[in-house]
Amino acid sequence: MLFRRDAPADDLVVRGARVVDPAQGIDAKMDVRIDGGIVAALGTDLDLNRHRILEGDGLVLAPAFVDPHVHLRTPGGEEEETIASGTAAAAAGGFCAILAMPNTEPVVDSAAVLGSLVEAARAQAEVPVGFLASITKSQRGAELTEMGELADAGAIGFTDDGVPVASPGLMRRALQYSAVTGRNLSLHCEEPTLSRGGQMHEGMVSAELGFTGYPSVAESLMVERDLALAAFERRPLHVLHLSAWESVQALRRAQQAGVHATGEVTPHHLCLTDEAVRALDPNRKMNPPLRSSDDRAALIAGLKDGVISCIATDHAPHARQEKDVPFEEAPFGVTGLETAFPALYTYLVEPGVIPLETILERMSTGPARAYGLDEPRIAVGASANLVLLDLNASYRITEQSFRSKSANSWLLGETVKGSVRATVADGRVVHAG
Amino acid sequence: MGEIHVMREDLRPPDAPPKRHFISIRDVSRDELERLLATARQFERSLEREVKKLPTLKGRLVINVFFESSTRTSSSFELAAKRLSADTMSIKSSGSSVDKGESLKDTAITLGAYDPDVIVIRHPQIGAPHVVARVTTAHVVNAGDGKHQHPTQALLDLYTIKEEFDRIDGLHVAIVGDVLHSRVARSLIQALVMMGAHVTLVGPPTLIPRGIEAMGCEAATEIGAIAAADVVYALRMQRERMEEGANYVPSLREYAARWGVTAARLRPGQRVMHPGPMNRGVEIDPVVADHPDALIERQVRAGLVTRMAVLYDLLTSGPVGVTPEVELGAA
Repeated sequence: MLFRRDAPADDLVVRGARVVDPAQGIDAKMDVRIDGGIVAALGTDLDLNRHRILEGDGLVLAPAFVDPHVHLRTPGGEEEETIASGTAAAAAGGFCAILAMPNTEPVVDSAAVLGSLVEAARAQAEVPVGFLASITKSQRGAELTEMGELADAGAIGFTDDGVPVASPGLMRRALQYSAVTGRNLSLHCEEPTLSRGGQMHEGMVSAELGFTGYPSVAESLMVERDLALAAFERRPLHVLHLSAWESVQALRRAQQAGVHATGEVTPHHLCLTDEAVRALDPNRKMNPPLRSSDDRAALIAGLKDGVISCIATDHAPHARQEKDVPFEEAPFGVTGLETAFPALYTYLVEPGVIPLETILERMSTGPARAYGLDEPRIAVGASANLVLLDLNASYRITEQSFRSKSANSWLLGETVKGSVRATVADGRVVHAG
Repeated sequence: MGEIHVMREDLRPPDAPPKRHFISIRDVSRDELERLLATARQFERSLEREVKKLPTLKGRLVINVFFESSTRTSSSFELAAKRLSADTMSIKSSGSSVDKGESLKDTAITLGAYDPDVIVIRHPQIGAPHVVARVTTAHVVNAGDGKHQHPTQALLDLYTIKEEFDRIDGLHVAIVGDVLHSRVARSLIQALVMMGAHVTLVGPPTLIPRGIEAMGCEAATEIGAIAAADVVYALRMQRERMEEGANYVPSLREYAARWGVTAARLRPGQRVMHPGPMNRGVEIDPVVADHPDALIERQVRAGLVTRMAVLYDLLTSGPVGVTPEVELGAA
């Protein structure tokens, strides 16, 4: 269900790094040897076998990241991102797998469109990529896609991300019918009559700036609806990009009641609040919007206690001219693949808000488990999916920093700490900087 | 030409000196507001002379760009610049390259190529003046951006209030009506609070933004809350900014009946203001609008001298806090 271009597996030794694999309880300095893309040995003073050597002294080696929420803009928006550029950005960001959303032009709503993406990924993808297909045709919320055929053609899940499935009746049908595909639904929760015209979180900052508000209840009401339907139909679901306190509480209650629901949160919602909108920088405009400090605190708490098991970038590239306009005219979305780890490390780990192990687990094991992918792990016999991190590197993010075709990052001009020195995806060294 | 860094202020070359703009009331301090009011006062005296033109800004270029319709703001900025002997150009969106789909950024760069000293901009979108400030070297004056800010309106309102009451500190101002869609209200609340006035917002709950009390004002839904105010400031019902079917109020008739500023709801000594243009019979009764106690016409007159003060201050004042002497020589 993941596709990448063919490349020979690597032999290498990562020497002397602090190996941290929270899911296995590993935190020790040692060497890791990879033979033909498979972890072959862990330990000290390993035989180098004339392998390529990555020096890990002073660095952290962890299971590589999995991003469950990326917009690759292909087909239809290739000037903003392609499979080649997006997966190169993923490699630079430490990811060994990414999942692409189907809200492209055309929408990934047929086996034909999906087939062309799979073919392109087999030719171009630097790291393995999976594709979600849409729940409804053209994401118009009226008719279900041919989910069975799409699943057979390689769809890893279904979502109308970007827009909600507004009709509760259709949402119920989608939950029921998707059961035959063996794939789950991932839901963009937004009640459109409550969010209409909304530019930012409705609260003190929007009141002062004059923006039409996008209230948190526009999200949480839909989260509650979809969880109620999932409970009724006894079907699992995944809630995309949580932003509101009430949504986290709803997810927690549903999980406690036995609903198989998972949730994700973006680095920008974990790091920023609506106060960041005051500068009117269009690179601080996203859907869902940055919310209050109480909402941010609830997201952090939910991530720490595991109610939210995934960090997702919602990497949303936009052409320069699209964002080089007044805030109100700018489209929603920011890039995130290459800044996710440094943002989280700088804003949350270094200040002591969230432990490094939690961030590593929620960027890797959590999303892999939510989508039923092989969990990246550092163990003998496992496929090598590794990220080598320099926690001491401090650098400034500029428009030249990116392998993505777009530079609409909320971190432009910021100095961050924590860099990705190397990425190994499915046994291949895809980034070494 | 190399990469152009325009998305963030801090990506500009470090040697570019910070430009002073007047985009939001947040850009100025109480001292600076006091200074602008004092400068406007001096200009008011100069306008009492037979020859009203001052040589102060001779050779300077002020460009007015209006992407939204305006009568009083655009005319008073143009006259203010002319009274100070600056060259002026006025551009409206209709009939310009905006009709051909030119972006605001490109329009601003084009105008910036004439090296204007000041660009005055009105635009329907929040953040438009910030785009102009990023891509030109002019001082930018915000003449209204969407529902965000209209700082020179707040300045002329402060001026009008101060001329009438001889103070602002300690006065009670009730702002009545459609606060949600009003850039005038947002600038005025900030300016009044900064100057020490007590501000009460009065209107239907659907038109008072959630969380606005954080700006330092009170909010009430009963029109009776205007009784204690020294100044009753009626806002225009901005029907053009209300989406179809949004149902902010059931009807203008019901709005006028419950929140209209009428003679019966005022007491002697209260002063009434309105930023214009008025919907007579909706937010303000015509009898009140035409009454000698209303300050509405004086607000328009204040618009000229306060905008002269803003242009003058941006182009002549030195470090913040140093009060410039106005040259009152005839042209």
